[in-house]
Amino acid sequence: MAEKDVLGRAGEARAAAYLRERGYRILDQNWRCRDGEIDLVATRDGQLVFVEVKTRRGAGFGHPFDAITRRKLARLQRLAVAWAVAHPDASRGRTLRVDAVAVLGPDPASALIEHIAGLE
Amino acid sequence: MTVARTWAVALTGAEGALVEVEADQSSQLPGLHIIGLPDKSLGEAEQRVRGAAANSALTLPRRRVTVNLSPASLPKQGAGFDVAIAVATLATDGSLDLASLARTVHIGELGLDGRLRPVAGVLPAVLAAARAGVTHAIVPHANQDEARLVSGMHVVGAVTLGDVALWHGADLEPSELDPVPAPAAPPTRPFAGDLADVIGQHEAVEALVAAAAGGHHILMCGPPGAGKTMLASRLPGILPDLDDEAALEVSSIRSLSGIGVEGLVREPPFESPHHSATVAALVGGGSRVVRPGAIARATNGVLFLDESKDQEYN
Repeated sequence: MAEKDVLGRAGEARAAAYLRERGYRILDQNWRCRDGEIDLVATRDGQLVFVEVKTRRGAGFGHPFDAITRRKLARLQRLAVAWAVAHPDASRGRTLRVDAVAVLGPDPASALIEHIAGLE
Repeated sequence: MTVARTWAVALTGAEGALVEVEADQSSQLPGLHIIGLPDKSLGEAEQRVRGAAANSALTLPRRRVTVNLSPASLPKQGAGFDVAIAVATLATDGSLDLASLARTVHIGELGLDGRLRPVAGVLPAVLAAARAGVTHAIVPHANQDEARLVSGMHVVGAVTLGDVALWHGADLEPSELDPVPAPAAPPTRPFAGDLADVIGQHEAVEALVAAAAGGHHILMCGPPGAGKTMLASRLPGILPDLDDEAALEVSSIRSLSGIGVEGLVREPPFESPHHSATVAALVGGGSRVVRPGAIARATNGVLFLDESKDQEYN
């Protein structure tokens, strides 16, 4: 695994722990389909939450949230629907929501976390 | 989330209208959206604000910020809103003093290096703000002398966006950049001469004196070489200095023309458009940015139409 992927996985693990602490239940991790990958799928309060995790060691290449463009957001929304279609039991009666989590710091285990709920 | 408010001025001709610049932060992906009828150059303020903030060691909020220019129905043009947009955006993070922002009008264009660039029309803009009851103005360093001509306004000339943020209570190191200089003023017209130098021509001199005293129009005809141009160019010399109100008006029009104004213009203007000048050059105008023509620039002074029978508008 390339170093950037190790960092990304560590960031995703940290984000999953962060969400669990806040009462989310993680349903799926790194779910792939033809269109791409969803980092985390979680649920809380009748909502199905699809989370894009962005990890950066420093802000030298911009804030992690700057890396989520309109196009990427549109793809995330398509992926969310694809996941819901593939998991009809888990998605029944739940509303879909796309979130972003930024993990910013030299060590993902102690990095700063920012969470934006309900991207539009 | 926090809503930050400050003021800018939209100019329509020599009249200015106060524009409220409000910025609101929402929990969405980073972005800066400007609404309220901006023109193309004002819409590009986003890129300038980004560059200027980054190079001034200021961090823009990592969320979506919507900047509204109100009244939304009034068309706004030019880059003079940059500074107001930048400080309102920065203030949504709560790092600037909102009360200080709310009593200040900001005028100026931003460079990518964070410096404030001079803009045209600062004098009429600050004048409009003062008339609307705003007490503080922050203008580019190169425009500060012009802005100080407005009495009762507390004027701050800022070199960089960092200076502006410091003024509003940000915690920053003052920058050491040199200010952007004002555009070079056009060479002042050498004194055309004194009416006293004219030998003979008693009737013409008397007519000029009567015209100057009464503010009359004057029509001169005579063969080439009779001294019409020589006499006309000496008319401003016998006009009285402009009073305060007229001087402000003349200075405002000069400022709108993009000519730097260092002090109140006291001598009456003298405009002599060439006889091939177009109607547009004489009357002024423009689809968005209104530029004064020769007639407007001669306000409170002398408009000399040489060779008037050959003038293009005929």
